[in-house]
Amino acid sequence: MPYTEINRDSLLWMYETMVTIRRFEEQSRREADAGKLRGMHSSVGQEAVPTGLCAHLDENDYVLGTHRSHHHCIAKGLDLNHMMAELLGKSTGTGKGKGGTMHIADIDRGMLGANGVVGSNIPVATGVALTAKVKGTNQVSVVFFGDGASSQGVLHESMNLAGIWKLPVIFVCENNRYAEATPFEYSVAGGSISNRADGYGIPGVSVDGQSVMDMFEVGREAVARARAGDGPTLIEAQTYRYMGHFGADDPLGYRSAEEQQYYIDRDCIANCRAHILEGSFAEESELEEIDASCLAAVNEATEFANKSPFPDPEELLQDVYVSYS
Amino acid sequence: MTQAEATRQISFIQAINEALRQELQRDPSVIVMGEDIAGGGEREDFQDAWGGPMRLTKGLVNEFGRNRIRDTPISEAGFVGAGVGAAASGLRPVVDLMYVSFYGVCADQITNNAAKMHYMFGGKVTVPLTIMTGIGAGTNSAAQHSETLYSIFTHFPGLKCVVPSNPYNAKGLMTAAIRDDDPVIVFNNRQLMGLRFDDHVPEDQYTVQIGKSEIKQEGDDITLIGIGFTTRVCMEAAEELEEQGYSVEVLDLLSLSPMDNDAILSSVQKTRKVVIVDEDYPRCSIAADISALVAEEAFDYLDAPPRRVNAPHASVPYSRPLEALYVPNKEKVVEAALEIID
Repeated sequence: MPYTEINRDSLLWMYETMVTIRRFEEQSRREADAGKLRGMHSSVGQEAVPTGLCAHLDENDYVLGTHRSHHHCIAKGLDLNHMMAELLGKSTGTGKGKGGTMHIADIDRGMLGANGVVGSNIPVATGVALTAKVKGTNQVSVVFFGDGASSQGVLHESMNLAGIWKLPVIFVCENNRYAEATPFEYSVAGGSISNRADGYGIPGVSVDGQSVMDMFEVGREAVARARAGDGPTLIEAQTYRYMGHFGADDPLGYRSAEEQQYYIDRDCIANCRAHILEGSFAEESELEEIDASCLAAVNEATEFANKSPFPDPEELLQDVYVSYS
Repeated sequence: MTQAEATRQISFIQAINEALRQELQRDPSVIVMGEDIAGGGEREDFQDAWGGPMRLTKGLVNEFGRNRIRDTPISEAGFVGAGVGAAASGLRPVVDLMYVSFYGVCADQITNNAAKMHYMFGGKVTVPLTIMTGIGAGTNSAAQHSETLYSIFTHFPGLKCVVPSNPYNAKGLMTAAIRDDDPVIVFNNRQLMGLRFDDHVPEDQYTVQIGKSEIKQEGDDITLIGIGFTTRVCMEAAEELEEQGYSVEVLDLLSLSPMDNDAILSSVQKTRKVVIVDEDYPRCSIAADISALVAEEAFDYLDAPPRRVNAPHASVPYSRPLEALYVPNKEKVVEAALEIID
């Protein structure tokens, strides 16, 4: 793909976003290993997918995610302090500590939630796009999901609904090759997720999800299409999760070390960095400054989260309803 | 002014329709979607072909257009989920789930998303979604189009559940549900849609407060508690019991979540006997819940154990003689009452 239109600002924003995600996930893993949270689904390896897409969104647009959504949240601009606090179940978290790692949301930044049920957010995102359509706003709704979710009926129902109503929703499948421990080629009949868009009369695109530049190009087209009122797009981003399903499990039980190394050698951050340097978009020293500031931001978030108090006991019964009597 | 001029009778179906129409007029963020709620898709020559299988939405598409009145494909998980997302992002959608039995294909959207988003996201997201759904046996529709099932939804924190019993409270509860900032399910009994009512229904908008029951008639000897259609059954039973010399209080529950515990307890503390009449399956039912409430909170007042009249622990039969045995009726309520009244 030609990258000539991706300017320095976009490249540096994407680089910074991906490095932030990587450092955040590494720290999250350490916090989990220290016993401060459980069931942490690491997005390491998949940073480019939401980053390339969210480069085209503003705070009025919506993103909805999955159980593995830290990278979606960071790419959509959520505050690291409040995210890390949510992971640790603290009162200063995005959901006051009541949602946790699988339910981070910040509606003020257009993040309408990670979701612990595979595929569950796909129709919700379609409804968000319906709001934009009914109200005539120019907003776009983007929903991320995995290859596992591509087998859920709600994806097909939602592509059909968005197809007939021409809704401004972008379905982004992060095909990381594994639904928990079950490989993609076993569980997806026909061998392609993007091809499934054909049946609903909407564009289906397969893209190298390890290239943030490719994601940027595909994202630009899909977002422009949605804003123009031309309806949904299905994007299948070929990516890879470096860790196990929930971090503590050993992925070598179901995949080879050679396969892992193949993807790690094509790392999205490394190839973005190489692209920046080869194109002279920035000096190495600038990237090192970005690296340092990302690490500092994550360290600050970690300190903030660890120093924050747990929720008061009264919070147990707060926010069940807006009002109930 | 004659009596005819002073009162205004409309059907249960017209009451729901009027509530929808008036809220659509009042608030541009209200939309309605569901299967065949207009009918005819976007065919210009066939606008408003159906107006919903019960005609609850008849005429709305002509007045409000296809942008706000949306026929959906038959994909409940897809369009109920879309209702959740639309509600969370600034609309007040009313979603028609044709029969409550179809909740099985969209339960995840109701229980995992609509019910939990407000809590999981720390109170910062609201889901002002209204689901209206048809319930009830007695229409020869068999096991998958006749269930009641409201008790299932009351189990979930985050959902509100209301069951109107006549056109007046149907209009008022429907209006209140649409205006409510929490997800509300309105359970409309299909037998009520075919009956005549004398209640006056004002043309102007009004709400019936969610969470409040209504004492249909006061009495001293026994309390009969009805839900939707069974409130009518309770009234028939009360009439017969009065003919036998008893003073009967009838409580129309109207709201199942929140439930008006205070009204239930104060009535039972007065009459000291209670029969709960509930068309839902008996296990883990509203009737069982009320029975537990009364046993725990009003035990010392009771002269007899609480009695429950439910449908049996069986699927709804098709054959009419069997179906007639299935639904709680006047005879069963009178029998249960007489067992504990003396």
